[in-house]
Amino acid sequence: MERLKSIADLRSMQSLIVGSKKNVPTIVISAGTCGQASGANDLIRITKRELLAKNLTDRIQLRITGCHGFCEMEPSVLIEPRGTFYPKVGMKEMVEIIDAVARDQVIENLLFVDPETERPIEKMAELPFYKKQVRTLLSRNEKVDPIRIYDYIENQGYSALIKALENTPKWVINEVISSGLRGRGGAGFPTGIKWQMLAEQPNGRGKFIVCNADEGDPGAYMDRSLLEGNPHSIIEGMLIGAYATGANEGFIYVRNEYPLAIKHLVIALRQARELGLLGKDILGTGFSFDIHLVRGAGAFVCGEETALMKSIEGKVGEPRQRPPYPVQKGIYGKPTLINNVETWANIPEIISKGAKEFAKVGTKNNAGTKIFSLVGKVKWTGLVEVPMGMRINEIVYDIGGGPRGKAEIKAVQTGGPSGGCIPKERFDLPIDYDSLTEAGSIMGSGGMIVMDENTCMVDVAKYFMNFLKDESCGKCFTCRKGTQRMYEILDDISKGKATLAELELLEELAEVVKDTTMCGLGQTAPNPVLSTLRYFRDEYREHINNKKCPAGVCKELITYAINENCTGCGLCIKNCPSGAITGKKRERHFIDQTKCIKCGVCRSICKFDAVVVK
Amino acid sequence: MINLYINGLKVTVEEGTTLLEAARFLGFPIPTLCYLDGLKPYGACRLCVVEIGEGEKSRLVSSCTYPVEEGLKVRTASSRVIKARKMVLELLLASCPQSKTIQDLASAYGVKQQRFKQEFEDCILCGLCVRMCEEQMMAKAIGFRGRGENRTVGTPFDIRSEECRLCGGCIYVCPTCQLRCTYTEPEKAICGSCANLSPPCLEKEKFDDMMCYMAPCVACEIKKDDERNKSSIEKGG
Repeated sequence: MERLKSIADLRSMQSLIVGSKKNVPTIVISAGTCGQASGANDLIRITKRELLAKNLTDRIQLRITGCHGFCEMEPSVLIEPRGTFYPKVGMKEMVEIIDAVARDQVIENLLFVDPETERPIEKMAELPFYKKQVRTLLSRNEKVDPIRIYDYIENQGYSALIKALENTPKWVINEVISSGLRGRGGAGFPTGIKWQMLAEQPNGRGKFIVCNADEGDPGAYMDRSLLEGNPHSIIEGMLIGAYATGANEGFIYVRNEYPLAIKHLVIALRQARELGLLGKDILGTGFSFDIHLVRGAGAFVCGEETALMKSIEGKVGEPRQRPPYPVQKGIYGKPTLINNVETWANIPEIISKGAKEFAKVGTKNNAGTKIFSLVGKVKWTGLVEVPMGMRINEIVYDIGGGPRGKAEIKAVQTGGPSGGCIPKERFDLPIDYDSLTEAGSIMGSGGMIVMDENTCMVDVAKYFMNFLKDESCGKCFTCRKGTQRMYEILDDISKGKATLAELELLEELAEVVKDTTMCGLGQTAPNPVLSTLRYFRDEYREHINNKKCPAGVCKELITYAINENCTGCGLCIKNCPSGAITGKKRERHFIDQTKCIKCGVCRSICKFDAVVVK
Repeated sequence: MINLYINGLKVTVEEGTTLLEAARFLGFPIPTLCYLDGLKPYGACRLCVVEIGEGEKSRLVSSCTYPVEEGLKVRTASSRVIKARKMVLELLLASCPQSKTIQDLASAYGVKQQRFKQEFEDCILCGLCVRMCEEQMMAKAIGFRGRGENRTVGTPFDIRSEECRLCGGCIYVCPTCQLRCTYTEPEKAICGSCANLSPPCLEKEKFDDMMCYMAPCVACEIKKDDERNKSSIEKGG
C-alpha cells in the first residue's frame, strides 16, 4: 500500500474504490467469534470452493464480516443487495443457497419463520428481531470485512477524519459536546466535556488517549463485536479524538481473552500505518498520532480507569484515589483521556452526520443509540442496538421475542456484576442512564440478562458476589472482606442456614461497603444484593423462614420427585449419575432421596414433565 | 492556602495537605490503621473515612488520601461516618480478633461484638510493611501478590529475598502481629512478611554486638540454653 500524502489523495482513493465496485450479488457470512464457534468457518470454506468450482467468482462476491448481532441464529448468511437472511445455515444448505443466488432466487424453506404467523420472512430488516432496532453502529459490521481497509474506506470510512482535519480542534469538541454523547462505559459522563478538559491541559509533556476494551462483565460482549467487526471505526474515532484534544499517543487496552479482536486490531493498525493514517504527519496536515495495543491479563478491576492506567504502565492493576483525575494526572503522570470502545465508535458517526442529526435519536439527556447484549431466558439472544429511552418491555418482548420456555419472565439484570435486577413490574422503564440508576441498577457497558421464574434471585446475587470477591483487587479492606462476608451470608441463605438477623446484617454491610470503598468496583459491588433485596425480599424470606427455594435452584432446599405423568420409559434410570432412580418398565419410577445428588439431569431429559421440584 | 470547613469550623491549611493531616492538626481525632507518618498514604483500611460535600451529593472518602479542596465541607464524625467505622471495626474484629490495636479501636467506638463467622487471619493487608520496606528501608523485599481473597504479602516465590537485610522494619510497623512473633516456626507466621526471615542470632556466629529487632522472640536465650545444656552433658559424660 502506498502512503497517502494529502487529504486529496484519500479522497481520490475513495472515489477510485467506489468506482470499481462490481454490481453483483454478495454473500455475506458473519464470522465473529460467535459465528465461528457455530460453524461459520466451514461455510466460508465451502463457499470459496463452490464459487471456484462452479466458476461463479465473477458473478457472486463473498464478504466475510464480523457479527451481525443475531447470535441465536448463527451461523447466518445474508445475501446483498436483496437483503435475504438465512438463519442457522448448514454446509449442505450453503451449497443450495449459492445456487439460488446464482439464479437470483430465494429458498423459502430455509428462511426464518415467524413463530406467530408461521410464515417465512425473507428480508433481514423485516425480522422481528431487527425491526425495532436502530442499528447505526452494528449495521456497519455487515458492510465491512474487518481485515480490509478498502472495504471501510468504500463505506465512507475515514471521511469523518477528513471533515475533522478540515475544521479546527475546537469545532470538533463543540460538535461532540452538542451531540450530547455520554460515555458508553457505564457512568455516562458527557464525552465532549471530558475532551474539552483534556484539550485545556497544558501540552508541554504530551497527552494520552485510551480506548478501554477491557470488557469483563459476565454475559456482555458488545465491545468485542465492534472490535472484531469494525476495528477501523475505533481507530478513526481515536484519530479524531487525538486531533481535537492534542494528544499524540493512544492506547487500546484490550483483554487477552479476545484473540480475534486482537488479530483484527493488529491488522487494522498495520494497514492504517501503511496508508499513512497513523504515524507522523498524517495526510500531510502535520498532525501526528499513533496507537499502541496493550493486552490486559484478564483482571476485571482493570476496566476501572485508574487501575487500567497502572496496568498500562506495567504495574499491578489497582485503582487509586480520584482526584487527581486521569485528565489531570494519568499514565506516567501525563494528562490522559479514557473512553469506552462504543464511545469511540460513535465519534465518526457524529462528525460525519453532524451533531444535530445524531442528537435526534434517543431522548433529551441521552442522545444516540446503545448496544445491549440481550442474553438469558429470551427466545432470541444477541446484540441489539436501540435508541436510548426505549422501554425494557420492547427490548425483551418485541426484539427478544419473550420467554424462551413456558416459565414467565421475572426480571432483567443490567450492568453486569455492578448492576442490579429490575423486576417485571418496572419493565415500562425507559432505558437511559438516569432511570436505571433511579431503579437501583446501572446502565453499565450494556449487559442485559433476562431471568424467568426458574431463576432464584438469591442464587443470582450469590453468583455475582462470588465473581466480585474473586475480582476485587483486594486493596480496600471493606471491598475485599465485605464481598467475602456478603458471599458467606448469601451462601448461608441459599443453604437454609441463615436467620432474619443475618439478612439485616447483610443489608447493613452492603450499605457500608457501598459507602466506604474507593473505586467504582467496590462502590457498586453491593448492587446485586441491594437491588434483589429491594424487589425480591420475599424470596429471601422464603429461603430463611420456610427453608424453600421458590425457583427450585438452591440445591440444599429442594427435592426432586416423580409424579403420575411418568410413563416408565426408563430414560431417567439410564441417565441418573448416582443410580438414585428405581422402577419397573411402564410403571411409575421413584427417586431415592438418600442417593439423589440433585443434579437435575432427570428433570431436563424427561419427555413427559414427570420430574418435579419441591 | 486553601480554605475549607471541618465540622463547621472554617480553617485555612496549606495546599497539598490531606484531609487527615488537616483534621488531626486541628485536633479532630480520626482513627487509622494503614496510615503512618513518614509513609505514603495508601487508603486501604477505610477507617479514616470522612463525609464530604452536602445533601444528596455527600459521600465518604478516605481522609488519608484525599487532598484538601477550596470550600470543601468535611464532617469527621457524622452519624454516617460512625456507622461505617463501626462496621469496618466489626469486620476487622471478625478477621483478626487478637490484635491489641484493633481491640482498642473497637472498644473506643463501642463495638462490643461482631456478628460474622469468626476467623483468625491476623493480616489485614494494610500494606504498612510493604511501604516501610520500600520507602524507608529502600529494599522492596516484600510486596502484594494475588487479588481479591487470594491477596497476600510476601517475598517473590516465597523464598528469602536477597533484597531483605533483616532490618525488621516490617515487623515493627505491623498493627496486628507486633506482639506475636512466632520465632522459628515460620509456617505459623502471621503476615507472611517475616515468614522468610530467621532471627539474626541464629544466623550469626557471634551476635553480641548486634541490635535485635525481634524483641520478644528469645531465640538467642534458647540457643544459649541449648549450648549450656550441651556443654553440661559433655562435662557430665
